[in-house]
Amino acid sequence: MSDFVSDSWHYYVAGLVVLSLIFCAWILISNMTRRKPGPVELQDHVWDETLQEYNNPLPRWWLYLFWLTLAFAVAYFVLYPGLGRWQGKLGWSSSGQYKAEVATVNEQIGPIYRKFLSQDVRAVSLDPEARAMGQRLFLTYCAQCHGSDAGGNKGFPNLTDSDWLHGGEPENIRTTIENGRIGVMAPFGEALGSENVKDVANYVRSLSGLAHDALRAQRGRQVFADNCVACHGPEGKGNQTVGAPNLTDRTWLWGSTEATIIETVTYGRVNQMPSFKTLLGDEKIHLLTAYVLSLSAGKDAQTR
Amino acid sequence: MKLNNELIEKSVPLLVVLTFLVISVGGLVEIVPLFFQHSTTQPVSGVKPYDPVRLAGRDIYVREGCYVCHSQMIRPFRAETERYGHYSVAGEFVYDRPFQWGSRRIGPDLARVGGRYSDSWQKAHLLNPRSVVPESNMPAFSWLDRPVKADGIETRMEVLRTLGSPYTDEEIAGAGAALTGKTELDVLVAYLQGLGTAIPGSEPPLAGGAGDGRQ
Repeated sequence: MSDFVSDSWHYYVAGLVVLSLIFCAWILISNMTRRKPGPVELQDHVWDETLQEYNNPLPRWWLYLFWLTLAFAVAYFVLYPGLGRWQGKLGWSSSGQYKAEVATVNEQIGPIYRKFLSQDVRAVSLDPEARAMGQRLFLTYCAQCHGSDAGGNKGFPNLTDSDWLHGGEPENIRTTIENGRIGVMAPFGEALGSENVKDVANYVRSLSGLAHDALRAQRGRQVFADNCVACHGPEGKGNQTVGAPNLTDRTWLWGSTEATIIETVTYGRVNQMPSFKTLLGDEKIHLLTAYVLSLSAGKDAQTR
Repeated sequence: MKLNNELIEKSVPLLVVLTFLVISVGGLVEIVPLFFQHSTTQPVSGVKPYDPVRLAGRDIYVREGCYVCHSQMIRPFRAETERYGHYSVAGEFVYDRPFQWGSRRIGPDLARVGGRYSDSWQKAHLLNPRSVVPESNMPAFSWLDRPVKADGIETRMEVLRTLGSPYTDEEIAGAGAALTGKTELDVLVAYLQGLGTAIPGSEPPLAGGAGDGRQ
């Protein structure tokens, strides 16, 4: 079946191409004159009073090259698609070439990926070869947000510490990469009013031992108990099942200044990690999980 | 008849006609049939005309010259599909007037950037690329956080409808309202988040007729 809306386009393209080739051949044949004996013929034009041009036949070597290109064109149209819907003797297509390329490479690297896929993530995370592969994958797909050193950025979690929003077990990390995450902190500005927000911000700072206004923190404790414990827990330790951060450690996703905390509480935050399941596939996600796991191995959240 | 230079050079009309015939063959064979092929004229399943917000974002994309550094064309090479996802197919661009394929990749290809980053990343990155990617050499588009101009969006949609984008009257009538309260940043990010999302993932087999032009 042809891709053209009507078969006439097949004949249109093929006809024009064949006609062009025949035309070129005719031009060549009609100009294949041999040099006549005697003086060389001159063209009629005269420039600058005396300047005239010889009317020599086309050079042989040049003529043969032209015939060669014609022969090439005919061979090309036999072997490759080009004449309308004709697909060529070789059956070549750009997508076919692409599939062959992918298949060749998969044959070479497939066993390496499968070897790691059959191993436990923790074992893979200790393997230097797997970590090197994981790092290259990380730099291609993850570094734009998490940074090339995986150190994160404002709003984008640091992956080298052992503080986790959604859990740091291999299964949690894999789920995060596969399905992505959406972190939502509701805005409380209108419900609480600016004074209460400021109080609770000071209380939040007191939780991790940062400088704070003791009186405001005292008042903020009640505001926190009434509004924040559902997600962040009564002690502010967070809740990984809803992605609520631990507020008592020294790790801050958006910043720990009073102004930033007030901004977070007032306007809320919406954060998203995209899903990479379809783009990456099981083998790469397995290696990336192991690499991310290896980044924080043996680290303690409190030391960072 | 012998076609030699004497015959052609002495008759200007014949020279003009023959020159025109010769140079038109390429276009007649390679360009004209493209308007009569399924793979180039029918949308891939899932590709829809740009809604007003994404259309306005697309105009910002064109205005800021994003195409100068970013292509929107993933070629069928493994190195590209590994990084960007499934290679681009003609049926994805039927509502792109003009297309934004670009010809240079100073930055990465954007044909499937939709969903690759969060909205907040896109906004932070557009306003100041170095704030999220310290190694970036992309210029900052710090002025984008301003209201988008909504006037004329209906006219633009009507023009696109004449050219073949199937907008309904209701869609055109509601276009202005859809843009109220939106910033240029919002609409540009909406446009970017929709790019290439009709074909998910990197698995080659495509359903429907408009695969790779070979059926």
